[in-house]
Amino acid sequence: MLLDVWRKIITTGTVTRDFDAVVPPACSRGQVVPKAARDGACAACRKCEAACPGQAITVDGEGAHVDDKACLFCGRCVSLCPKDRLEQTAKYDLASLGGVFAGPSPSDTARKIRAALGRSLHIRHVDIGSCNACDFEMTHLCNPIYDVQQYGLDFVPSPRHADLLMVTGVVTRNSTQALQMTYEATPTPKLVMAVGTCACSGKAFGEGYAVRGAVDSIVPVDIYVPGCPPRPQAIIDGVMKALARRIGQ
Amino acid sequence: MLPHDTKIVPAFQLRETAYAISREGGRLLAMFANDERPVCGKFVIYCLFSNDGGTVLVKGLLDRDETPEFPSISPEIPAAAWYEREIRDLFGLKPVGHPDPRRLVLHENFPDGVHPLRKDFDTRTPIETVVGGEFPMAGVSGEGVFEVPVGPIHAGIIEPGHFRFSQAGEMMMRLDAKMFFVHRGIEKAVEGQPLADAFYRVERISGIASVAHALAYSQAVESLAGVVPSGRARYLRALVAEMERLYNHVGDIGNMCAGIGFAVAIMAGARMKEAVMQVSDRLTGNRFLRGMVAPGGVRRDIDAATEQAIRTLLDALEPDFTELVGLFRENDELLERMNTTGIVPKQAAFDLGVTGVGARASGVDTDYRRDFPYGCYPDLALSIPVYTAGDVAARLWVRVDETYACIRLIRQILDQMPEGELRLPVPSIPAHSSAFGWAESSQGGVIHWLMTGKDDTVYRLFVRAAAYPNWPALTVAAPGNIIPDFPLINKSFELSYACLDR
Ligand code: SF4
Ligand code: SF4
Repeated sequence: MLLDVWRKIITTGTVTRDFDAVVPPACSRGQVVPKAARDGACAACRKCEAACPGQAITVDGEGAHVDDKACLFCGRCVSLCPKDRLEQTAKYDLASLGGVFAGPSPSDTARKIRAALGRSLHIRHVDIGSCNACDFEMTHLCNPIYDVQQYGLDFVPSPRHADLLMVTGVVTRNSTQALQMTYEATPTPKLVMAVGTCACSGKAFGEGYAVRGAVDSIVPVDIYVPGCPPRPQAIIDGVMKALARRIGQ
Repeated sequence: MLPHDTKIVPAFQLRETAYAISREGGRLLAMFANDERPVCGKFVIYCLFSNDGGTVLVKGLLDRDETPEFPSISPEIPAAAWYEREIRDLFGLKPVGHPDPRRLVLHENFPDGVHPLRKDFDTRTPIETVVGGEFPMAGVSGEGVFEVPVGPIHAGIIEPGHFRFSQAGEMMMRLDAKMFFVHRGIEKAVEGQPLADAFYRVERISGIASVAHALAYSQAVESLAGVVPSGRARYLRALVAEMERLYNHVGDIGNMCAGIGFAVAIMAGARMKEAVMQVSDRLTGNRFLRGMVAPGGVRRDIDAATEQAIRTLLDALEPDFTELVGLFRENDELLERMNTTGIVPKQAAFDLGVTGVGARASGVDTDYRRDFPYGCYPDLALSIPVYTAGDVAARLWVRVDETYACIRLIRQILDQMPEGELRLPVPSIPAHSSAFGWAESSQGGVIHWLMTGKDDTVYRLFVRAAAYPNWPALTVAAPGNIIPDFPLINKSFELSYACLDR
């Protein structure tokens, strides 16, 4: 029996890759961008704006603008545009910074956090209203392909051991208290990452009776990682941007 | 097509009608309410049963002037217990005689008297937050008995739920679960939306059952519109549905080993799941297979290179998976933990309406793909494993057999793929028509019930995922086992919280 286990381990070999070496297929549904200006400008028909399930599009004199943080990457706008002005790319590294990392030059706090946590960051997951796809992508961070421990990142069982909270989902009424208490239980300095479009925008399911909105309506958010769900690489990209670290550095 | 038969009764006769069907062997599949006061002046309570002849739908009518209550059917039909509590929370209709008067969906932060699924409740109405309210949990009292509260935020990367164990030493005597932490109000959020728009919210009810929900909803829309998607569209749908089953099953089999700390198997399962998801990405543009199914057909075609990528994946996966299973088959340490742990007896599985892997591991032979055929499944060679032990091991072996069945099915789908239109237009549907749609997800049967409003909008959508009847089975499986086995029992069901909570 034990021999079989060893054989399996050895014949499998090493499957771990650098996160940006795992390239998504060209047809994957990533960032939506307006096509470069050429003949046939945006007709300002606002079809995309009306049809967008994430309320991510605004149309003005210059054409359609897509807010990555609210986009569900469904591609509906692209297929409805009568002038073929929009295009869906495979670009996934869309994380942006806020909170302590806001502004062009890093604040003292941001510098301290990067110095203290840059190479060893402990993460606690908090689901407060996700569809579970975002959570599973987070689980996949620990699979042998992405294996985030190679970057000094690890998931811990309690917020008291955590430096970073990865929050998924729109904030529901029923889980608001859990989010607040988890945030309070996390020692400072602490970071919060909104993982997925639900957490970033809070708009995926409208303004219903059960929903309070985006994560930053309840606790301050330092890193936004859009995606529905964000692929594992996109989540790692968010951490790397926040810690000002790239592979090879 | 569901239902085969309909009985309409006044609400006060709901109990005797339901009991009569149940005593003849009928099994409750779903129960929900609808506020049809703007349509016909009544609340309507729907109970869908399956029986030998197919299905029967009971509609209990409650006039708007009557006291908002109906006789509870839970005393004899335990499967109704959560549905009735949900109806009371969301519609304010009281199930008189219900054995458990607690709330279910709306936690203690909601004030009394808020019933959001009533039509006269505007979803943007500000709702006061009740602070310091109590949510009583069921327990056991007596000398030496203590309680262990767990959650809603767990130690692993999982969804939120609160469990309360009543313990005598290591032994679990009782388990109560407080769920619905991720209740997003999706059924209300789609009301009034155009059918085509609501689809994108439906597709995001649950990540791991994205295809199953998309299918159930699309099939409900299509049956109302009288559209039958082309053969190619139906085959492509089955392809993504089986890919969804495959990545879930290999991942879940690995994950079950997390309950006993068998790291090699956890990682092997995770690696295989990743391989299936990478090919899924190539097929649909999304790792969770979103963006393929749509009302009227499918949104993307498959090209020769992708087809080859799927075949290559399966050819590599099959022997790899067989080796993984080889690590279980003769492994006494592992089987000692799994055999006779977390048993759901057949009668309990039947009474609670358990579906999917949980049912088939407890000797209940059910699979919506065969029982209520849809799509291209009648053309395909289904093999549906049934085990009778009802324990963790049985749920493992059901998944193992189904993984092989899934691989065979995907090959057959690719071999038989016909030509045809990808997507047909969906014609307009008259207001207030209603239909069911359903699909077998990796966890079990998913049922949607859709009533249209004016101008092709949603009047009411009811969503019953496989997790709904399966969660209560966990409270049957756990007692009598030691608490360190709970993670194992829990993972052997691997139920989605998002599916249940909506
Ligand atoms: S891809 Fe979907 S969510 Fe994103 S902007 Fe287009 S329509 Fe909106
Ligand atoms: S962003 Fe998308 S994948 Fe993430 S929780 Fe929301 S609906 Fe699910």
